Amino acid sequence: MAHSARRDSPELPDFSLLKRLARDQLIYLLEQLPGKKDLFIEADLMSPLDRIANVSTLKQHEVDKLYKVEYKPVISTSDQLCFLIRPRIQTVKWICDVANADKAAGKFRRYKLIFTPQKFYACEAVLEEQGIFGDVTTDEWAFYLLPLDDDIVSLELPEFFRDNFLAGDQRWVRTAGSTLHLLHSIYGPFSKIYGIGRCSKMAYESWREQVEEGETKARQAEIGNVFLIDRDVDFVTPLCSQVVYEGLVDDIFRIKCGCVEFGPDVTSSDKSMKVMLNSQDKVFNEIRNEHFSNVFGFLSQKARNLQTAYDKRRGMDIKQMKTFVSEELKGLKQEHRLLSLHIGASESIMKKKTKQDFQELLKTEHSLLEGFEIRECISFIEEHISRQVSMIESLRLLCLLSITENGLLPKDYRSLKAQYLQSYGVDHLLTFANLRQLGLLVEQQPGETLTVMESKVGKLVNDKTAGKLTDAFSSLAKKSNFRALSKKLNLVPKSDEEYDLRVPRDMAYIFSGAYIPLSCKLIEQVLERDGWTGLEEVTRLLNGHEFAVTGSTTGSSGADSRAKNDAQRIVLVMFLGGCTFSEISALRFLGRERGYKFIVVTTAITNSSRLIEALLDNHV
Amino acid sequence: MELLSSSEYKYLKTELTSDQLFSVHSAISLQLPAAIAQPEVVQLLSEEEEEEEEEEEEPLQLKMMKSKPDEEDYWNSSKFKAFTFDDEDDEFSRLKESKQAVNSIRRLVEEDDDEDDVEKVSWSGEPVGSISWSVRETAASNQRTDREPAFPKINADTPTISRSHSGYSLSSLFKGKTKTGSFQFTDSLSDSSVRLYAPELRKPKSEYKDYVSDWSPEETVHRMQQGKAVSLEKFRSLQDKLLLLDFSVSAHDGNVITAVLIYLKRTLSKEVLFRELESRQTALRHFIHYLTETRDQRLLLELLRALGRTEDVALLQYKEHLSIADENKRRDFLKSCLSLPFSPEDSAHVQDHYTLLERQIIIEATDRQAERGGKVEIFQKFPRRASILNMPLITTLYYCCFYHYTESEGTYSSPLNVRQTFR
Repeated sequence: MAHSARRDSPELPDFSLLKRLARDQLIYLLEQLPGKKDLFIEADLMSPLDRIANVSTLKQHEVDKLYKVEYKPVISTSDQLCFLIRPRIQTVKWICDVANADKAAGKFRRYKLIFTPQKFYACEAVLEEQGIFGDVTTDEWAFYLLPLDDDIVSLELPEFFRDNFLAGDQRWVRTAGSTLHLLHSIYGPFSKIYGIGRCSKMAYESWREQVEEGETKARQAEIGNVFLIDRDVDFVTPLCSQVVYEGLVDDIFRIKCGCVEFGPDVTSSDKSMKVMLNSQDKVFNEIRNEHFSNVFGFLSQKARNLQTAYDKRRGMDIKQMKTFVSEELKGLKQEHRLLSLHIGASESIMKKKTKQDFQELLKTEHSLLEGFEIRECISFIEEHISRQVSMIESLRLLCLLSITENGLLPKDYRSLKAQYLQSYGVDHLLTFANLRQLGLLVEQQPGETLTVMESKVGKLVNDKTAGKLTDAFSSLAKKSNFRALSKKLNLVPKSDEEYDLRVPRDMAYIFSGAYIPLSCKLIEQVLERDGWTGLEEVTRLLNGHEFAVTGSTTGSSGADSRAKNDAQRIVLVMFLGGCTFSEISALRFLGRERGYKFIVVTTAITNSSRLIEALLDNHV
Repeated sequence: MELLSSSEYKYLKTELTSDQLFSVHSAISLQLPAAIAQPEVVQLLSEEEEEEEEEEEEPLQLKMMKSKPDEEDYWNSSKFKAFTFDDEDDEFSRLKESKQAVNSIRRLVEEDDDEDDVEKVSWSGEPVGSISWSVRETAASNQRTDREPAFPKINADTPTISRSHSGYSLSSLFKGKTKTGSFQFTDSLSDSSVRLYAPELRKPKSEYKDYVSDWSPEETVHRMQQGKAVSLEKFRSLQDKLLLLDFSVSAHDGNVITAVLIYLKRTLSKEVLFRELESRQTALRHFIHYLTETRDQRLLLELLRALGRTEDVALLQYKEHLSIADENKRRDFLKSCLSLPFSPEDSAHVQDHYTLLERQIIIEATDRQAERGGKVEIFQKFPRRASILNMPLITTLYYCCFYHYTESEGTYSSPLNVRQTFR
C-alpha cells in the first residue's frame, strides 16, 4: 500500500495557529461581557467550537450555563445572555422575541450577540425593526477557518453552496476573500493565484482589495500557490458514489467536523462511539485514500502484524516483559482499538453496499460517465424511483444523467419527473424547480443557443438587454458540456484496459479507474502549464471566468532559495461551495506523484447527499 | 425491504387484475411475520421499525454475499448485526446530533479524559489583554498607502462603473447604448493605482452641513464593507440611490447589496423599485433572497408578478401548502392552487396532488373507522402503523393493494380505481 512518495516533499504549514487565534478572540469577546452569563450556541457551531475550546475554557471566562439555540422560549435565570450565532435572520428574530418577552415581563437582562464569522446588515435591520437595536450589543467573532486535519481547512459554511449558487446571493464572497486574506497574512505572501468560476473571481477581487487596504509584512512564504475553484465548475464529481475509504465513511456515516459517530454495529458493543478521523489515527491514515477493495487486505495484514507483536511476549523473561509493557503495549492496545473500529466500519459498509445492489449502481454511474448504454441507465433509474429506494439517491442519479447528457430529452424529462413525483411526493415540484435553476436537472432545448433562463429573462426585458445579461446568467442553467470536456481532458480512461487499483496510475483510481475528477484534472493541468494557456477550448466549455495572476515579489528577495522553492510546491486549493473527500484523496495522490503538497480549503466538506439535500424544497 | 422485483412492480402498475393482485398480496403475507404488517408502505414506518425489518432481511443478505467467493470465509465468520442507514437527515436525527454535541461539551466539565471526541489543545493562560492580533482591526484599518498594488486586478464580471459620470445610473447607460452595439464599460480601475473619486453630486450646499462626513457612493460602499458607520439618508434622488446600488453590486459584497436594498425598499415605492431591479439581475436576486428569508411572502409575490415570472408565482404560492397541517384545509388550499399559472405539465401534477389528498382523506376516514370497529380482519391482523394522509401516490397504491385488494373498481380505495385515476 506504500506509494512512491517523493522524498523531498515540503512540510505543511502549521494550522493549529488558526485555532489559537480563534480561541483567543472568542475569549476576548466573552470578557467584553464581564460577570456570570449564560451562553446560547447555534446548533451547527457546536462541533466547530468543540474543536477549538472546551467547557473549562468557557467556564474560566464566567460562562455559567450552555444552551443550544432552539427557537424556543429561554428558561435561563441569568441576567446576562450571550448568543454565539451565525448571521441568520431567523436566529436574530428569535433573539428579538426573547428580549421582547423579557421586556414585557419587566425582566431586565443584558444581551450580547456574537456573530460568526461576521455580521450582516440584514440581521441588524431585524434588531432595529423589532425595537431591540440598542438593547443588545453585537460583536463579530472572526472564526473563519477550522483546521480539520494537517491538510484540510474548512469554513464550516455549508449554506455557502445554496446561498451563492442557487439564490445568487453574494453575501459570502467577502467572507471567502477575508479567509484568503487571513491565510495570506499568516502563511503568505502568495506568489501565484489561479482560479476558475464567477465566485472565485469575486473572492479574488475581494481579497486583493483587503490586501491593498492592509499592510503586508515582508516574511518568508509558507504557501506559494493558490487555486480557487467554484463548485459549479464541476458538479459531476460530487454526484458520484465515493469508493475511497474516507469518502465511503462520509457517504455512509457522515463525518461531521472531522468526527464520525460509529453505531453499535461497528463498535461491537452496545453503545455508539465518536471517533476523530484524521492523520493522528495511524490506521485510518494508511487507508483513508485507498480504494475500498484494498482496505480489507490491508486491515487483515495489519491484524496479523498486531498478533505477531502481541505474540512476542511469549517466552519473554521478566525484564523483557517489563520493557514490553512500558514501551510497546500501550501503542499496541491503541492500534488494536483503532483496527477493530475500522474493521467494524468496513463490515458495516460492505453490508450496506451489498444490500442495495451497489455494483449495479456503480455500473450505471460508470455508463453515464462514459455515455454508454444510456437507455439501460434510464431504466435502472426508473426502477430505482419506482421501488422508492431512496429519495436522495434517485435525484442524484437523475442529476448525473442530466449533466453528463447535457440535459434530458423532453419526453424523458417529463416521464422521469412524473415518476419521481408519484414515488416521493408532488411537493418535490419545488425541488425540480431548484434543480432546473441550477442547471443540474434540465430539459434539452432543441436548437437553442441561449439557455433556459436567459431566454426567459430575455423576453422579459424586451430583448434590449438580453445580450448583456448573458454574462450575468452564465453560471445559471449553463450547459455542462461534460461529454466534450471529458474527451478534451481524457477524463474517462478506455474501459478495455485493465486498471490495477492497488497500483493507481492516475487520479481515476478514486472512482475505480472509471473517471478522473474534472476539478482535480483542471488543477493538475493548470499547475503543469503554469496557467490556462492551451486550455482555451476547455475554459470555453466551462463558460470561462478563468484567471491566473502573479503577485509582485516585494520583500522576499533575500529569502533562502530552498525555503522559497518549498513554498512554491505548497498549493492551496480553495473550493467555493464545498469539496468531497474523494477529491481530497485525488489531490493527495497528485501531490505524491508530482512532488506537491496540497492544502484543501473548503467552505464545507460535501458529498452527493449533502449537495442534493441543500437543494430540496419539500419542507417548510 | 424489497419483496417485489422491479418487473413485478411494473406489472402491478400496469396490468393489474384482482386475481393477480390477490396472488401478489398473498405472496406478501406469506413472507411476512405478523409483526411487520405493511412492507411496501416503507414511508409509513418509523425508524425503529425499519431496523426490525432489516433484521428480518439478514438471510437474504448472507445469500448475496456468498456470491462473492473470495470473501466468503471472511464474511461467514464475522458477526455483524443489522444497522439502519437513514437516507434523510431529518429533523429528528439532526436534533439528536445536536443534543449529543451539547452533551459532549457538558461531559467535558466532568471528565478530563476526552481522547475520543475533542482534541486537547493546551490553553496557555495568557492574559486576555495580550491578544495582539485581531482580524477585524486589520480589516477595518483605514490606512491606505500609495504603493503599487501587490496583485493585479481582474475583471470580475460586473461592469466597472466610470468615475467620471456620476450623474447617471448604470441602467440608463445600459439601455441607452446597447442598441448601437458598440458599448464598452470604461475600465478606469484596472490600469491605474491612482484613485479617482466621483465628483460631488449636485445638491444644495445647505444639505452638506447636516452630515458629519459626506461620502461618495463608492466611498460609502467601501466603508460599509469595512463595517464602518455610514449614513444612507443623503442618497435621496433616484439617481443617487441607483448609483449606490450599482456600486454595491460592483463591489461583489452581498451583505452591502442587501443593506442598500433594505434602504431602497424603505425609501422607494414598490413600482419604482421593481422597475429598476428588473434590469439589475444581481441586485434582484439578492432582493428575492432577502424577501424569502424575512418571509415577506406578500411583497415577494408582488415582485414576481411585476416581473411577469408567473410560474415562480405559482410555485411560491403552492409551497404554502406545506405549512398547513390540517388535511382538510390543505386540500382546500390545493384546490385553490389549481387556477395558478403553472406550466401545463406542473398543472397536471398539482391536479394529481389535490385529487390524491382528497382521495386519501376519504380512505383514511373509512379505514380508521374500520380499524376501530374491529370487524375487518385485515386491520386486526395487520394494524396500520400510520395514516395514509400526505403519502406519495406509489405508497398509496401499495396501501390500497394491501388493505383493499378485493374491492371492486367502483370504490375509492380499490387499487384499480387508484390506478385508473392517476395515469
